[in-house]
Amino acid sequence: MYAPQILIEAALNGLMTGAVYALIALGLTLVYGVLHIINFAHGALLTVAMFAVWGAFALFHVDPYLAMVVIVPLMFGLGYGLQRFVIGPASHGNDNNVLLVTLGLSIVLENGLLALFSSDTRALDSDAALQVIELGPLLLSTPRVIGFVAAIAVTGLLWLVLNRTDTGRAIRAVAREKLGARLVGIEVDHVYAVTFGLGCACLAVAACLLMPTYYVNPRSGAAFVLVAFTIVVLGGMGSIAGALVGGLVIGVVESFSGLLLGDSLGQIGIFLIFILVLLVRPTGLFGARA
Amino acid sequence: MTSILTPSRRAVLRTGLAATSLVAMPAILRAQGATVKLGIIQPVTGALANDGDLGKLGAELAVQDINAAGGLKSLGGAKLEIVFADSRSSPEVAAQETERLNGEGVAAIVGGFASGLCATASQAASRYDLPYLIDVGVADQLTQRGLKNTFRFSPSFGMVTKDALQRLVALNDAAGKPARTVVIVHEDGLFGSGLAKLLQAELPKLGFEILETVSHPTPARDMANVVLRIRSLQPDLVIPSNYYGEFVLLARTMLQQRVRPKGIYAILGGGASSLRFVKEFPQAAEGIMDCNHWPDPKNPLTAELRKRTEAAGRAFAYNVPMNYSAVRLMAEAIEKAGGPDRLKIIEALSTQSFTSGVMPYGQSKFVNGQNTSALPLNTQVQGGDVKVIAPPDFAQAKANFPFKA
Amino acid sequence: MSARDLLPAIVVLAVLAALPFLGLSGALLNFLVTTLIIALAGLGWNVLGGFGGQYSFGHAAFFGTGAYATAILQMKLGWNAWGALGAGIGLGALVGLAIGYLSFRAGLRGSYFALVTLAFAEVFRILANAADFTGGAAGLLLPLRPGLATLQFADRRFFVLLLVAFVGVALLASRWLERSRFGAHLIAVRENEEAARALGVDALAVKLRAIALSAAITAAAGGLYVQYFLYLDAGVAYGTWISVEALLAPIVGGIGTAFGPLVGAIALQGLGELTKHLAGGIPGIDLVVFGACLIAVIAFAPQGLLGLRPFRRRRKARDARAATVGA
Repeated sequence: MYAPQILIEAALNGLMTGAVYALIALGLTLVYGVLHIINFAHGALLTVAMFAVWGAFALFHVDPYLAMVVIVPLMFGLGYGLQRFVIGPASHGNDNNVLLVTLGLSIVLENGLLALFSSDTRALDSDAALQVIELGPLLLSTPRVIGFVAAIAVTGLLWLVLNRTDTGRAIRAVAREKLGARLVGIEVDHVYAVTFGLGCACLAVAACLLMPTYYVNPRSGAAFVLVAFTIVVLGGMGSIAGALVGGLVIGVVESFSGLLLGDSLGQIGIFLIFILVLLVRPTGLFGARA
Repeated sequence: MTSILTPSRRAVLRTGLAATSLVAMPAILRAQGATVKLGIIQPVTGALANDGDLGKLGAELAVQDINAAGGLKSLGGAKLEIVFADSRSSPEVAAQETERLNGEGVAAIVGGFASGLCATASQAASRYDLPYLIDVGVADQLTQRGLKNTFRFSPSFGMVTKDALQRLVALNDAAGKPARTVVIVHEDGLFGSGLAKLLQAELPKLGFEILETVSHPTPARDMANVVLRIRSLQPDLVIPSNYYGEFVLLARTMLQQRVRPKGIYAILGGGASSLRFVKEFPQAAEGIMDCNHWPDPKNPLTAELRKRTEAAGRAFAYNVPMNYSAVRLMAEAIEKAGGPDRLKIIEALSTQSFTSGVMPYGQSKFVNGQNTSALPLNTQVQGGDVKVIAPPDFAQAKANFPFKA
Repeated sequence: MSARDLLPAIVVLAVLAALPFLGLSGALLNFLVTTLIIALAGLGWNVLGGFGGQYSFGHAAFFGTGAYATAILQMKLGWNAWGALGAGIGLGALVGLAIGYLSFRAGLRGSYFALVTLAFAEVFRILANAADFTGGAAGLLLPLRPGLATLQFADRRFFVLLLVAFVGVALLASRWLERSRFGAHLIAVRENEEAARALGVDALAVKLRAIALSAAITAAAGGLYVQYFLYLDAGVAYGTWISVEALLAPIVGGIGTAFGPLVGAIALQGLGELTKHLAGGIPGIDLVVFGACLIAVIAFAPQGLLGLRPFRRRRKARDARAATVGA
């Protein structure tokens, strides 16, 4: 068995990783909650954001955290445009077709990145990645601590946007009753696009938090998608708080099952939770209805 | 999940080729005397795109050199022409593309990169007695299936691990046996899992104690837990076997968590002998050893290939010299066969011996399809460069072991 | 089923069976094999997804089970290939029943059902990659032994014939679904499960029978895949690629129609071959075009290719007929 110090560290690691997972899941759950679609292009869009962070660093030496100021609005714009001008019109509002359109989109994005940047794996050679905060015997990676704090702050911010602003109220109205929202004069297509844009903005933040310690190649976003789906299901599809709690729980579960079973089989732990939640309580921890 | 479709699909072709080349007629194309067509198959899209890209580059450089030096001399200076196929990192596409290459009338095929891709491609080629030279598909069985057309240029998995273990023992003995305990970190694919199984059987016999075997998926999101385990176990030696991205994560996290064992001894480690890794993270890379495919450092062409690779905007890795040499070997076989006659090329490959380009194989000779002269080299990152440390015939530097910064 | 119902299927099958004997190149023959395997997997998916309205993202679970069973029973237990393929199909159906029982009983539908099937397939993939008897990560290489008993034909035209036979059975099953009482119940469950139940349809039993049939057909595709390519690993068997191919073919071709999966598979595989020529030396360009074409097809043929105007009227009439039978 492991020493208590190792177990504590594993738990902290899990929480820190989980917070960033939560951010990725947040975009997914938001889009599901409002548009009721499963966005297959989520991973590819994360890769796009990661390449943007890398590009800003490699070309202009912009610090990944500072890059947020530019990349978040850019990704919001990209998401807005994609939903408004590609996904919406091409799918004719049919859920099966949304699935295929986002799938087609992910193929286009992933291979577009491959054609543009080649298949090389790239990482930021920034010193920040190696900094640690010493907490007694514990060594906490500075970028991950920053990631944890920032991810929770962004979740809070998103909650405020949804609950305290007019746009947020419009989004929630559309999520609950599309037809009714349209009748009271809400422009549904615009709200859909804003929601998709917000989902992409979450990805942009996640990319900025990931890149100091992670790497990017045209396929690296894919690694996060399945775990993001698990979090969305665990938290309850469409629930913001659920995504955060789900992310943290999954992070810790992954950490401990990785420690006890090895990282490969440890993945099974995640999927079993996924299946069990679906079979026993498909609404998840915070979901309102199936 | 975004990558779902990519691992299955299609190829790069020179533009302008009619879309109907599926039905191209081999005999007519083959009759053109002045060029000999050589099929190159590599995965340049999908999960293995990076390796495939570099392999393709190596093959292209070889054909450039052969043609610049006057083509295939014994064939009246006939030029080599590459017909390229992208296997899209997917076994069934590899087979489909092999069929297309056959349809285009290639004399032979070089490449493959991964065992699964080589398995279906070489089998499809065998229907047409089309000679197939594998660059680096490691699974031992590839050449043990009774396919007369299939040859492997590089050492098989069994050959690499045998050398890797022998040299590890020699290294440890020479340093006064400082290392006894080991942690193995491997990716859960063919490379890593096969290796771990072998090491678990062999290392105890050689006097090492395996404290733990940790496997992780590719791509891995995080190495913090793996490093945490290593830190709590305090092994003398860490043996990683994984692909580039994961290797970089592992090495960086170890440095950050201040885990410094006496040695990091990678076997077929993706990042350990990549110059990109060394250049981008010199601090994390310093001192790491690797037993892997690597060109002969004393061959002047090696340095030249490295320069040309960097001129093409890519970081040098073994795929370039490996495919460069394999294509040169195939050209030599075509010359020895007296032309693009497939059966004669197979005959030549199975009976004669060949120069090995820049790979340290001396004279390559194929027994039951396997190049018995092939061997890996041991390298170590020293002073921001990759240096060969074993075997002695090829060594450029002394091993820094146990590692002192 | 009347002779008129069967005629289109018979014509299509006859054309497919005659194709290999028209002097096709090896590449075209191989293309035909791959396309028919995908079409078969898609026909399986269509039974559950198209007629039953239960979208699965995890048909890899059945494809892989069929493939692994076919390979392992031959290699480790020395079974005859035909028997192994049969057992693979049976096991595929069993896995389908098990997954169906768990998820339908829990009342999962729509996105929830899609996600749970995806998760099951992933669990299978991770286990197959770690287990010993599946060859682990190294995968399985079937020995080359051409012969009728080993289901490996030196002349591949016979393999195409075998595939056409399987596709034929699956097509007939789909035609039968369009006509039979069971099919009508299935469509009724798709359209409105509560209403169907109120009318006395045992929805759970109907869905379970559908998933078993669906899984069996897709498992056959898996078994035939491994018999042809003679290579299998966890990523090929249980990877998301085949789940996606299996659902892409019917949706692009025309969901819930007998011919949809076949049309879709031919269109998608053909498109893939054509885009190959567009890369111009830069990897990825061809797939960008492929993805863009996929989006365009959906934008301009939202009901699938068979939903385009020339085909549309007949289909509507048929659906209406099915709905009346269901009620």
